[in-house]
Amino acid sequence: MSQGILVIIEHTDAKVNRISLEALTGAQKLGAEMGQSVFAAVLADDCSAMTGELSSKKLDKIYALSNPLLADYTPDGYTIALQQLIEKTDPAVVIVGYSYQARDYAAKLALRCGGAMMSDCIAIQADSGNITLTRQVFAGKFNADYSFSGDGCCFISLQAAAYNADELEAGTAAVEGFAVNLDSREIRTTVLESFEGTKKDVDLAASDIIVAIGRGLKEEENLEIAEALASAMGADIGASRPVCDDGWVGADRQVGSSGQTVSPKLYLSLGISGAIQHVVGMKSSKYIVAINKDPHAPIFDIADVAVVGDLFEIVPKLTEAVKAAK
Amino acid sequence: MKIAILLKQVPVKDAMLELNDSGNWIEEDDVQFEINDSDHYGLAEALNIAKENEGEVTVVTMGPDRVKDSIKQALAKGAHRAIHIDDEEVSSSDPLTCAKIIAAAIKDENFDLILSGLQSDDLGFGQTGVLVAEILGMPHATLVVETEILDGKIKVKRELEGGWFQNVELPLPAMLSIQSGLTDIPYATIKGIMMAKKKPVAEVEADDLGVELDGGAFKLEKIYTPVKSKETTVFEGDADTIVAQLIDKLKNEAKVL
Repeated sequence: MSQGILVIIEHTDAKVNRISLEALTGAQKLGAEMGQSVFAAVLADDCSAMTGELSSKKLDKIYALSNPLLADYTPDGYTIALQQLIEKTDPAVVIVGYSYQARDYAAKLALRCGGAMMSDCIAIQADSGNITLTRQVFAGKFNADYSFSGDGCCFISLQAAAYNADELEAGTAAVEGFAVNLDSREIRTTVLESFEGTKKDVDLAASDIIVAIGRGLKEEENLEIAEALASAMGADIGASRPVCDDGWVGADRQVGSSGQTVSPKLYLSLGISGAIQHVVGMKSSKYIVAINKDPHAPIFDIADVAVVGDLFEIVPKLTEAVKAAK
Repeated sequence: MKIAILLKQVPVKDAMLELNDSGNWIEEDDVQFEINDSDHYGLAEALNIAKENEGEVTVVTMGPDRVKDSIKQALAKGAHRAIHIDDEEVSSSDPLTCAKIIAAAIKDENFDLILSGLQSDDLGFGQTGVLVAEILGMPHATLVVETEILDGKIKVKRELEGGWFQNVELPLPAMLSIQSGLTDIPYATIKGIMMAKKKPVAEVEADDLGVELDGGAFKLEKIYTPVKSKETTVFEGDADTIVAQLIDKLKNEAKVL
């Protein structure tokens, strides 16, 4: 009988990533509901910094998978190493944060282990041993509940901020080395250089007011409507990914899972529907005003003020009113 | 070089979606569908690679009859042929079942390269391409924004988090999931639309592929409108009234004026 919940830890510059601390928090809560122990696994050439950081958390054990071939992340290296750990420890549940890295290997690992993965979940519930997972579908318009009925291990990836890392329980955790049997010829990916993208000309994380634009603006020429409002309010322009992809504004203005995470005093969105990928980057804004013609736009669910209407009519009038009010 | 692009059809971006009566799917009757956003970039990258490497691009799409429109569109944009995996239930099945069906349908094609978009805009599991690679024993890379074919291998630029990128090399055959953004999406020309009519579309029945369609390890229990966690004030109607109400909120609640 499979036992325990295993959390796979992700790290950057020898520090555990926040999304993994959130995953551990989710695992602790699920562990308490199911009466199951919680384990963590760290993969690196030298795991000591990360296992040291985690040893003060309430965990049953931390497995350190130290191997020079795990110095750089590769999907093959991680899959082979973790498959060996999972076959040995036989967990009932494996949890990872839904990071770019997890997107790359977690589904492959689940299949390799004879299990299946539910990705990008926002909540896990356990009712007398039965696991129900909630995730957002149709770009956040609806939620979907899935029950797990598989024979193998249940793999779950958790959306950023699904659980609050500040609620991670402290305690002690023993560290145990796990020897990985890995051959460089099994790793098909050759990792070359990493580099930073184009330099930023705005740091939205530091902005007090953001006027954010989405596809609802329809054409690049309409950008000036948003710019006039931003200028009147002393705001910076932010954007959803599609607008950046189309080149209307630079990628440094992108808010969301693949861009910036922001929490300004005011986030005023124009024609953004509120797909999950966008919302995770701005939902902690202090005050959210959303203007959208679709009354069912998911952005309204997290807005303080929902304006259902035509932004082309409302925004120019708003700009004039802001100027008059200042 | 044989290149496949896995292409999914999803509801159009501004579709007003409603739930069906049984609460386990959307009401599809009045909904229009289109090619999934990041799949457009996957198709564009496939066509670019084909142009430079004497390649042939095969569109692989699973779904009911309606997906034929998307197949036609991809062929009009320059893809050479298509495989339509006919399945009425596919839209609600899990990614592993989808991947098994796709892998079974294309395994004898021996593609050098299989591309997909990063994730679909409807269910957004972001798994299907990676799973097809694993089933077919291919290496893969996700979040790819640039590619370069080398001798027997492919060099790709991957998007990492926080504005970083990484270059990696993979031996061919390989699977790539393409991130949206850094390439131009081609438009269908009139000539392309005319030529598309003559391009071959192979029909495959999902039921005939020997894959168990039991829904996999996860069962979709229900789809529902999320319970709101925040109290929202709604303004609608006359624009002047809305603006006056907004100014009041910006002054007294957001305190930015």
